[in-house]
Amino acid sequence: MTAPLHIGFIPLVDAAALIVAVDKGFTAAEGLDVTLVREVSWSNVRDKLNIGLFDAAHLLAPVAIASSLGLGHVKVPIAAPFNLGLNGNAITVSPALHAAIVGEVDGDPFDPMATAQALSRVVAARRKSGAEPLTFGMTFPFSTHNYQLRFWMAAGGVDPDEDVHLVVLPPPYMVDSLASGHVDGFCVGAPWNSVAVDLGVGHILHFVSDILVRAAEKVLAIRQNWAEKNPEVVAALIRATHRAAEFIEQPQNRAEAARILAQPERIGVDADVIQRTLDGRLKISPDGTMRESSRYLLVAREGAARPEPLQAAWLYAQMVRWGQTTIRPEALRTAHAVFRPDLYDAALGRQGKSTDASDAIGAFAGPAFDADDIAGHLAAFEIGRRKP
Amino acid sequence: MSADQSPKIVIVDESPIRAAILEEGLREAGYSDVVHISEMQSLLARIYALDPDVIVIDLENPSRDVLEQMFQVSRAVRRPIAMFVDQSDAASIQASVDAGVSAYIVDGLKKERLKPILDLCISRFNAFAKLQDELDRAKSALEDRKVIDRAKGILMKLKGLTEEEAYILLRSTAMREKKKIGEIAQSILTASEMLK
Repeated sequence: MTAPLHIGFIPLVDAAALIVAVDKGFTAAEGLDVTLVREVSWSNVRDKLNIGLFDAAHLLAPVAIASSLGLGHVKVPIAAPFNLGLNGNAITVSPALHAAIVGEVDGDPFDPMATAQALSRVVAARRKSGAEPLTFGMTFPFSTHNYQLRFWMAAGGVDPDEDVHLVVLPPPYMVDSLASGHVDGFCVGAPWNSVAVDLGVGHILHFVSDILVRAAEKVLAIRQNWAEKNPEVVAALIRATHRAAEFIEQPQNRAEAARILAQPERIGVDADVIQRTLDGRLKISPDGTMRESSRYLLVAREGAARPEPLQAAWLYAQMVRWGQTTIRPEALRTAHAVFRPDLYDAALGRQGKSTDASDAIGAFAGPAFDADDIAGHLAAFEIGRRKP
Repeated sequence: MSADQSPKIVIVDESPIRAAILEEGLREAGYSDVVHISEMQSLLARIYALDPDVIVIDLENPSRDVLEQMFQVSRAVRRPIAMFVDQSDAASIQASVDAGVSAYIVDGLKKERLKPILDLCISRFNAFAKLQDELDRAKSALEDRKVIDRAKGILMKLKGLTEEEAYILLRSTAMREKKKIGEIAQSILTASEMLK
């Protein structure tokens, strides 16, 4: 056994591979002595990883990049050798906003362009009548949720900084805030969208896979200098987590995985809700309407676990688009280098191949993402907060 | 705020007792302008309205992420907020994370002025944790005593012992088994439940 490792996580379904790796004994089988530590905020996870109280963590992919760039906080280079999930979030709105959007939709209500344009008309009507701007919750300034919500509404002509309020809300507070009318909608990971639907206070408007076909969501994050000093431990951790991710992707194992994740000291919600998420079969309306998608949350299938530097570049581009940083070639290189397919490939003894740029992100609006020309790519989007 | 004026400090903490301990400590140290927020709904709006120089938040509070939004450039933010320490001050970060408290300073307040405030928060948080620990131990001691009393009652009834004899039996068994007397008493209760 190695020295004890402390790994932080937030109780969300996309921590599944990490939790199952530990609770099924896959980490122990690799000779690792891992203690999982449940945390209450991304700030805590980030800080405890940064100062070494955690050896590794379940972390928002954009936070790993922001930490490496020193954005919003102290600069600590992070390595992400494993992608814990692609997609997995959803946009949920209150029954009132849902009715308003559906009333304005011209076309398919699952088409994000149709709903974004409908939202734009709802926003305009509210402004005209002197109503308060709509408020949307998301989980963190450096989060996929923030960027997905912004990408979606901006495509329909809604300026996320001018036309609506975007507020950070801790995931466990999302549902209450929607029920109390504090927010009109939110973008959050599982299980919170399903919880809102089950309580009858929300409708799932979009799976984020409607907005982007592939979006790196959470990563297994480690400090870069720690990774350099402990290559064997990192490789063992990648193998154990990979084994768990493949276990979860076998449909016959889903019920067992959901039971493990449902434990009170893990995610602590009904196993049934968790299994729906893993299966991509979600109740989207309080009236019981179900929706299935093979792209809801990808844990290991379609190469989801292999960190893709292009994804890091896309996230960096969103930070630029929304004024969180400026374009600098060295910053782009730093962002790229956070995602470590080399460590992933070496640990699993594989020869990996990076995805082709043209279809790897698959956004519903705008040109295909071009990591070699971020300025040119962003110029195609009308709404943004780019700083000179 | 002028240099000699007391900075306005906001404490964000859902524990009213800990917040009171902290507030008292700050006032004793001469910080007269202290406000406690215990309600997390509309946290940001309240903070903007109060316009503090320093914000102190406990690390068990999920709303810490809400405060991170204040680092962002936005029309809503009048004065940008910075993290409490610079990169060189690793010891301070460590001490505050260990104590379970974090502080944010609003642009305009000198970092040197924050240091004594943070140190005070750390020591008060640690004092509170110690108090909590003592309280938990007192509670569990009380719990033990109840369990022991019930176990004594069972032994007295089943074996026809006096109270003192029942206690001696419990104590000698605990010593022989190298267990706590409360544990032995608990196993008697469990066994008698099962044999009912």
